[in-house]
Amino acid sequence: MTETKADIIARLQKDILSLQGFKSVAEKSAIDIALGQIKSAFPNSSIPLAAIHEFIYSNQEATAATGGFVSGILASLMKANGVTLWITANRTIFPPTLKSFGIAPDKIIFIELKKEKQILWAMEEALKCNGLAAVVGEIPELSFTASRRLQLAVEQSKVTGFILRDNPRSLSTTACVTRWKISSLSSSLENDMPGVGFPRWNVELLKVRNGKPGSWQVEFIAGRFRHINKVALIPQELQKKTG
Amino acid sequence: MIRRKPGLKQIPFVMVLPDHGRMIITAANKTAEIEGVEKGMVLADARAIISPLQYFDDEPERNEKLLNGLAEWMIRYTPIVAVDLPDGLILDVSGCAHLWSGEQQYLANIKKRLNDFGYDIRIAIADTVGAAWAIARFGYNLSVIEPGNQSTALLLLPPASLRLEADFVERLEKLGLRQVQHFINFPRASLRRRFGTGLLKRLDQALGYEEEIIQPVHPVELYDERLPCLEPIVTATGIEIALQRLLETLCGKLRQEEKGLRTALFKCYRIDGKMEMMEIGTNRPTANTKHLFRLFEDKIPTIEPALGIELFILIAPIVEELSPTQEKLWEKTGGLDNSNLIELIDRIEGKFGANHIHRYLPDDHYWPERSFKEANTIQEIFQNTWKIDRPRPLQLLSKPQIIEVTAPVPDYPPMNFRYKGKFHKILKADGPERIEQEWWLQEGQHRDYYCVEDEEGNRYWLFRSGHYDRIKSYQWFIHGFFA
Repeated sequence: MTETKADIIARLQKDILSLQGFKSVAEKSAIDIALGQIKSAFPNSSIPLAAIHEFIYSNQEATAATGGFVSGILASLMKANGVTLWITANRTIFPPTLKSFGIAPDKIIFIELKKEKQILWAMEEALKCNGLAAVVGEIPELSFTASRRLQLAVEQSKVTGFILRDNPRSLSTTACVTRWKISSLSSSLENDMPGVGFPRWNVELLKVRNGKPGSWQVEFIAGRFRHINKVALIPQELQKKTG
Repeated sequence: MIRRKPGLKQIPFVMVLPDHGRMIITAANKTAEIEGVEKGMVLADARAIISPLQYFDDEPERNEKLLNGLAEWMIRYTPIVAVDLPDGLILDVSGCAHLWSGEQQYLANIKKRLNDFGYDIRIAIADTVGAAWAIARFGYNLSVIEPGNQSTALLLLPPASLRLEADFVERLEKLGLRQVQHFINFPRASLRRRFGTGLLKRLDQALGYEEEIIQPVHPVELYDERLPCLEPIVTATGIEIALQRLLETLCGKLRQEEKGLRTALFKCYRIDGKMEMMEIGTNRPTANTKHLFRLFEDKIPTIEPALGIELFILIAPIVEELSPTQEKLWEKTGGLDNSNLIELIDRIEGKFGANHIHRYLPDDHYWPERSFKEANTIQEIFQNTWKIDRPRPLQLLSKPQIIEVTAPVPDYPPMNFRYKGKFHKILKADGPERIEQEWWLQEGQHRDYYCVEDEEGNRYWLFRSGHYDRIKSYQWFIHGFFA
């Protein structure tokens, strides 16, 4: 027998996943998303693409941080000439900045709709359209039924959906595969140089289907997410207080 | 006139217009004409012939109005009806007469219907507009000239039948050329020398050597399908079936000609005479029945059938070239050319309106609010590039908000600021980046931008507008949030 124990375990784990109803999309997962260590949280060590991801945040600062993190992922998704539909009630994103996240801002079509019902309709129709790289929807409230409809839509089209929820009133269960919370962290430059550094975030994966939730500190440099050590993160002043 | 006052049918009457102090007859009815009253006579003379003679004041525009009304009504006989002022209608009957089982019956039908209204008409069919005009006015009523026979048919008619100007007719009469046959075989060169090109042109038009274009009252829609119903339709399902059928025929036609439609109109004529209509537009020419049906489907609830719809018409007013190979290409490519994406945009546009869809292109301005502009179309391409040499926030406030700031002079970044009642202590900062007003577009003060990071790690884009000065004309603002 040439099969080692580790191989057997890996194979069995895959079997379990498929028994649990998790289907990996061979074609799409070929897209390499430079998520670094966060990948380990997902089944098969790759972020599910034909799925809906949910992000929650509560203030304007976190909106920007979440937008940055999502843009980082979108950049990889849109590499192959893809187009993203960004459905929102009120566009606050500054399109030129998206370029610095590696996205061609002219490849994003913004759809501004006032009513929640309209946004959900547009979102569902967009997710059914397989000519898109991704769909981003800014919608605060998402019921379980609505999320399940969206999930069913992506299962057909293999489009990735992102739902950005600003200050959700209730956090009930949804059919989304993941739930994230992104917040800003102090940036730092090499050799304690003055000034503002690359964006840094605290990425919390609150829920993930068939995976392990966790929390990471990442920095976004040159189109890649880089994991940073926790120790260096604690602001110096806090260290003084505790020390 | 007879339509409004049926009693007039039996008695002679005329229409008159004042001209140089006399009353000139502009029209006379059949009974009056039999007695010898003609158009152009003075009313006093006519009254000497017939007495009593009824007369009515004519209006200069009446003929045109009447003819236009009649032309509209005549559309039941052919789609191309043109008004020929002052007293005629021209109908292009190609391919229409067989529906009335032959040209003779077609003419008889038109004559009978119009006579019933009280119009006394003369009518003829010929290959050319000129010949038909001549035969109708100077030949036998209701005659049909066989194809190619117009030259023989014209021979015995007077020169006036060629729609010539009055002085030409007079000169021809003077020369003793009282019938078309007298001069039709003259050498063209000598005719041109004596009468100019006008006579030759009219002759050629009558004989079919020269093309004559008529101006139909309703421009003919090339891509127009109609579906009449035996029973009035009142249900949504009925409308859907009608729409589906019309779309299939129209798209079939378009595909055959390698065309695609950009806009389509679906008209429903109700039995109470009203018309319900829905309109759709697409971002790219298409002949995809399924897609077009879905676009219309969202609007079917807006149609109110009331007592029922008896006629459906589908028109494609704007049609563009579309080659099938192009369509195949679009299916595969990703990006903004993808057919599925365009169809999705069409649907969103159809449902909510085009003003909800935005796409942005770079614009060559440093002023942040003007650094991007809206694209006119989904496929619009651009020459300039997106600039990323300066830090810009991901979230930009549509209007900068005033903040309270403590900052050391002259140009140091602020030490802290208060926004929405929350105090932020600034630990790190970059700046200033000065952006000047584009004075040719807008007057105002320049801005000195700083990127700052507070103790919680949140990054902001602040600016001071204007210089520090004694009268404190400067003001601090927050303009955006970095990721």
